[in-house]
Amino acid sequence: MTFEVGSGLSIGVILATVILVAAMLIWVERRLLSFWQERLGPNRVGPFGLLQVVADMIKIFTKEDWVPPFADKFSFVLAPAIIMTVILMSFSVVPFAPGVGVVDSNIGVLFVLAMASLGAYSVMLAGLSSDNKYALLGALRAAAQMISYEVFMGISILGVVALAGTFNLREIVLAQEENGWYVIPQFIGFVIFLIAGIAESHRLPFDIPEAEQEICAGYHTEYSGMKFGMFFVGEYLGLVLIASLITVLFFGGWLGPAFLPPIVWFSLKAFAFIAFFILLRAAIPRPRYDQLMSYGWLFLLPVSLLNLLITGVIILSTS
Amino acid sequence: MILLFYIAGAVAVISTVAVILQTNIVHALIYLILSLLAVAVCFYVLGAPFAAVLEAIVYAGAIMVLFLFVIMMLNMGQHSIDQERSWMGPKVWIVPSILASVLLAQLLTVITQYDHELALTTVDVMEVSALLFGPYVLAVELASLLLLAGLVAAYHLAKK
Amino acid sequence: MLTLIKDTLTSQVVTLWRVFSHLWVKADTVEYPDEQPYMFPRWRGRIILSRDPDGEERCVACNLCAVACPVDCIALQKTEDEEGRWYPEFFRINFSRCIMCGFCEEACPTNAIQLTPDFEMAEYKRQDMVWEKEDLLIDGTGKYHDYNFYRVAGKKIGGKDKGEARNEAVPVNVRSLLP
Ligand code: SF4
Ligand code: SF4
Repeated sequence: MTFEVGSGLSIGVILATVILVAAMLIWVERRLLSFWQERLGPNRVGPFGLLQVVADMIKIFTKEDWVPPFADKFSFVLAPAIIMTVILMSFSVVPFAPGVGVVDSNIGVLFVLAMASLGAYSVMLAGLSSDNKYALLGALRAAAQMISYEVFMGISILGVVALAGTFNLREIVLAQEENGWYVIPQFIGFVIFLIAGIAESHRLPFDIPEAEQEICAGYHTEYSGMKFGMFFVGEYLGLVLIASLITVLFFGGWLGPAFLPPIVWFSLKAFAFIAFFILLRAAIPRPRYDQLMSYGWLFLLPVSLLNLLITGVIILSTS
Repeated sequence: MILLFYIAGAVAVISTVAVILQTNIVHALIYLILSLLAVAVCFYVLGAPFAAVLEAIVYAGAIMVLFLFVIMMLNMGQHSIDQERSWMGPKVWIVPSILASVLLAQLLTVITQYDHELALTTVDVMEVSALLFGPYVLAVELASLLLLAGLVAAYHLAKK
Repeated sequence: MLTLIKDTLTSQVVTLWRVFSHLWVKADTVEYPDEQPYMFPRWRGRIILSRDPDGEERCVACNLCAVACPVDCIALQKTEDEEGRWYPEFFRINFSRCIMCGFCEEACPTNAIQLTPDFEMAEYKRQDMVWEKEDLLIDGTGKYHDYNFYRVAGKKIGGKDKGEARNEAVPVNVRSLLP
């Protein structure tokens, strides 16, 4: 079997790598956070605490997987599966390097957006089926937050799409080879995409759907064992996805000086953004819920529309 | 490829039937989402990827989320399931299903008798946009006006 | 709009940088089992019963510590020697209940009961957390080296009441209002 786009081997390798990276992020995040808080973090299990992931996995797999008797079983079991599936599906259109990827879809960007919008169901069904007030509140917040920020996320990418003239993520990277990284002409789009991406994957500081101090654990209050593990890994998968998308859309994907192979450039850039997200978690406090919504609709929406308009004007006037 | 179309179509039909038969409203909605996604796959197979993705984003991803959102607020409990079940007597569904099966029989005869080729030309985003902003620009503008009116109304209601 | 952007730059971005720069600060963590942390002398840890400088038990079984204890984990029983001096017959602290609040130390009139900077008291069996007088009583004076209750309070011996011995002042009458 050859290693090319769409071959079974490459699909398997990408799937395994992505899940492994997401699992390793549990350790990476705890270590990085602790360095920024002048602690050491988990460093006991294995060298540098690297095997902490294994320990966590063993713990999560052997925990009692409990479905509360008052929950709606069908939706309760379905919800964590949705988030994993949806995010892993999104990875299928991400071009990791020349010849590395699952498909080269010519609707790649739209596909990612579609999958992101389906991801909202996971959270909502989890909250709704748990039949628990904290879960319900978390799900309500998540629904409103995810629908809103999807809008800005979509609009912020459109500038890049217009510049590259394609929805195909691989062609967007190739277009950046000639025109330079899109972060320079589309800096505003980049910032908005970054913010919307964090809100989409409800990471801190926008983890309002699961704000521990206010509503327990939000939508996954009732989850335990492997089902909770799926939400947990799903969140990290979302983080990896957003970091990869930023890399592809704004930072030239695998492009870089030739002394390192393309896949290494891709990983380096993606990891830099993952680290940045963790830094955000360490540094920025959580906004209030209404602040988040009004910030989105009253600031991000006009700015992203303006950005799109100006991009369009520039493209039209130069062509 | 055409097999995929039929599978997706079957999924769409079955899940739509399940929407009607389900008494639990959340499950019914999940089936509805499934049906919409199946229709999106149909679109994709028929060579309209843009329409397919828009179906997934707009219908399955946004409108259905709002449905679910409303259901969350309503606090449907066991009593609504019982109520649905009591309403779903044979009296209610026999006539519509007879009518629907007549229609289905007609459809099947049409499909089997007129053996036409499926024209699998891919309509990509460029063409769709060119059409939307070419011959159909008036419709697009009217639709956007309607949406603007809706936006203004929503803003007004939210202000109160 | 402009102020929002300015605030974002001056507040959020500066915050990000400040937090990021902690990467070069040495961690405060003490890696405990490998490295012992410095324990302050007045740390409230494992409880001891001390002896006075003459080597006698300090505790006079007054029960004040048991009364003061908010979780009622001290149990003791009074007994007397032939001179009529009080001792605890048994003295039992249930460390699985003790919250190391130090109220017993505050209440004790003789400085007998004291908390020490030792915190490594884990046991596998809960019953092992109940310490008896043999476990609690040490041979030293604890934190107060010179204090001897009976040197201050005086002591009744056969034939002589308090204050009647040579070089001994009459005890203060605590019920009188006069100095
Ligand atoms: S330290 Fe507090 S809880 Fe412990 S024995 Fe003394 S008074 Fe009781
Ligand atoms: S330890 Fe102190 S307070 Fe407790 S009984 Fe003995 S003398 Fe009294």
